[in-house]
Amino acid sequence: MDLQTLSYIFVGATFALYLGIAVWARAGSTKDFYIAGGGVHPVANGMATAADWMSAASFISMAGMISFMGYGGSVFLMGWTGGYVILAMLLAPYLRKYGKFTVPEFIGDRFYSRTARVVAVICLILCSVTYVIGQMKGVGVAFSRFLEVEYATGLFVGMVIVFFYAVLGGMKGITYTQIAQYCVLILAYTIPAIFISLQLTGNPVPQLGLGSTIAGSEVYLLDMLDRIVVDLGFKQYTTDVRLSTLNMFAYTMSLMIGTAGLPHVIIRFFTVPKVKDARSSAGWALVFIAILYTTAPAVGAMARLNLILTIEPEQDEYLVYAERPQWFKNWETTGLLKYEDLNGDGLIQYSADPAVNDMVKIDNDIMVLANPEIAKLPNWVIALVAAGGLAAALSTAAGLLLAIASAISHDLLKGMIAPNITEKQELLASRVAMAFAILGAGYLGLNPPGFAAGTVALAFGLAASSIFPALMMGIFSDRVNKEGAIAGMVAGISVTLFYVFQHKGIMFIPGTSFLGDMQPNWFLGIEPNAFGVVGAIVNFAVAAAVTSVTAAPPASVRELVDHIRIPAGAGTANDH
Amino acid sequence: MSPLTEQQAKEYWRRNVSLMVKLMVIWFVVSFGCGILLFDFLNQIQIGGYKLGFWFAQQGSIYTFVVLIFYYARKMAALDIEFGVEEE
Repeated sequence: MDLQTLSYIFVGATFALYLGIAVWARAGSTKDFYIAGGGVHPVANGMATAADWMSAASFISMAGMISFMGYGGSVFLMGWTGGYVILAMLLAPYLRKYGKFTVPEFIGDRFYSRTARVVAVICLILCSVTYVIGQMKGVGVAFSRFLEVEYATGLFVGMVIVFFYAVLGGMKGITYTQIAQYCVLILAYTIPAIFISLQLTGNPVPQLGLGSTIAGSEVYLLDMLDRIVVDLGFKQYTTDVRLSTLNMFAYTMSLMIGTAGLPHVIIRFFTVPKVKDARSSAGWALVFIAILYTTAPAVGAMARLNLILTIEPEQDEYLVYAERPQWFKNWETTGLLKYEDLNGDGLIQYSADPAVNDMVKIDNDIMVLANPEIAKLPNWVIALVAAGGLAAALSTAAGLLLAIASAISHDLLKGMIAPNITEKQELLASRVAMAFAILGAGYLGLNPPGFAAGTVALAFGLAASSIFPALMMGIFSDRVNKEGAIAGMVAGISVTLFYVFQHKGIMFIPGTSFLGDMQPNWFLGIEPNAFGVVGAIVNFAVAAAVTSVTAAPPASVRELVDHIRIPAGAGTANDH
Repeated sequence: MSPLTEQQAKEYWRRNVSLMVKLMVIWFVVSFGCGILLFDFLNQIQIGGYKLGFWFAQQGSIYTFVVLIFYYARKMAALDIEFGVEEE
């Protein structure tokens, strides 16, 4: 069967499954809609969290980034997993004990201030919206490459699917769909990796294959890759530091605390029955995430090796362009791969030297999407990758949309504008908010603002510098008051936005960075994407300073903090 | 309302924080320590095809994170029972 038919079958079957779940898991109450009724088993929640968390960026882009960054790519591996340790120990159990529906609700109560709640809602919407644009783009790209339909058609189909299960089922529908999506995406990720590891090293476990010798030789895979990339003029794969040690440190820390501060991840821990489950569920989430994240470095290294060996089968013997394989042609038509015959010899030279390099563009995303084709795997494996990429993008989009919709219907509408609406009315409002959130995300996916490329990284910076510090101070201190928390959030998010916009342009529009491009003057050599941790430090410092000169919080705050620190008497989450 | 006296609640929290601090030190050492700051030093050691610093950065730190969370969850469940604050 040809690839396109197989892709339709795989993608169609998974979509039918998601729709079936949508019908089965309808939400009957606001509790169902916001927190899936609060009765999700910790292992099931861990799996749903893993799908929620692993986005198009994790599935499609991460291995490619590692592929070209080598050791420097470790910041994503450590940063996007280490955050779960922070979540499990420092945030999830206490927020679960508090037992409300949304993150801004906790911030509003703990800092006894509607203003704090509104600031938190704004921070939440800023980081969730920037994040969701990337997912919508991922859906459109996966459709247009594998099913050969228009980008816009693909996006529209994706929106309809999400609309069904997210509007009907809310968190309940999303949770059960995410469990199915996790299974699809993890199979789609690991099966090609197992095949490729077997081909290259004879070891079926990619995590071990990466540390093994090349099949039929005594040379270690990583040593061979190091040698080949150095021959081509690149830095050694296994020691290529990203800018500086301090920058790698800051980047990793920003991603870790950004992860811990992302509202769509935090609310997943409101769905488990007990505080105890919130702790173990974070562990399960990380197990399911680690399966992909420990496979990714193997995929990255092996894909790089395969790519180079395709172009340059023996040292200094390059592939003739006219004889290039089919996948090369396919990806050329998408524009993600570009060849220019610089010296006119009809060969494909690949080199770190731009004067010699004929491979003028190799997009990061190709390394996962084209990997099975480069390794000459059967068509059904390639079709599976298409379904997996879509599962990763859709599951994260749905989680983000729920976080946005519940902030609007629960925090803004029920919490402030119309506190007297009945539960039924609120449920309706949350569905309407969800529908509008999907339409808005779809619109932004179709007309991505100029800054779409840098958005996922920005979302982490914003979460790290605003929401994470506010939650930490809310749980670990009973002294920090509302003035401190509000000033801290505003200062943290402003500093981060200021730094990113200064270096990448206001709203990422090139040429608008107000002090000119000043890479040599980067603060301590920290790149903009790694700046969240500095924003967080500013947040903590400003909050502490302002708190020390303003009135202490009321006695009720002390009681609230004591209450969340002890598990007994949690009950399930509710809004009273 | 908390079933603990103020003294007990303080003790419960102190033991929680001390466990947390110990585990966060390990969290820091395996990632920022072995994976970044001590990277060059550890790379002198080779395990199979992996340089040790590289292994920590791309594999070892992640495995350790998983173990840390489950260890914390188990220890805390036991602490909850010891103080009689586990949930039904």
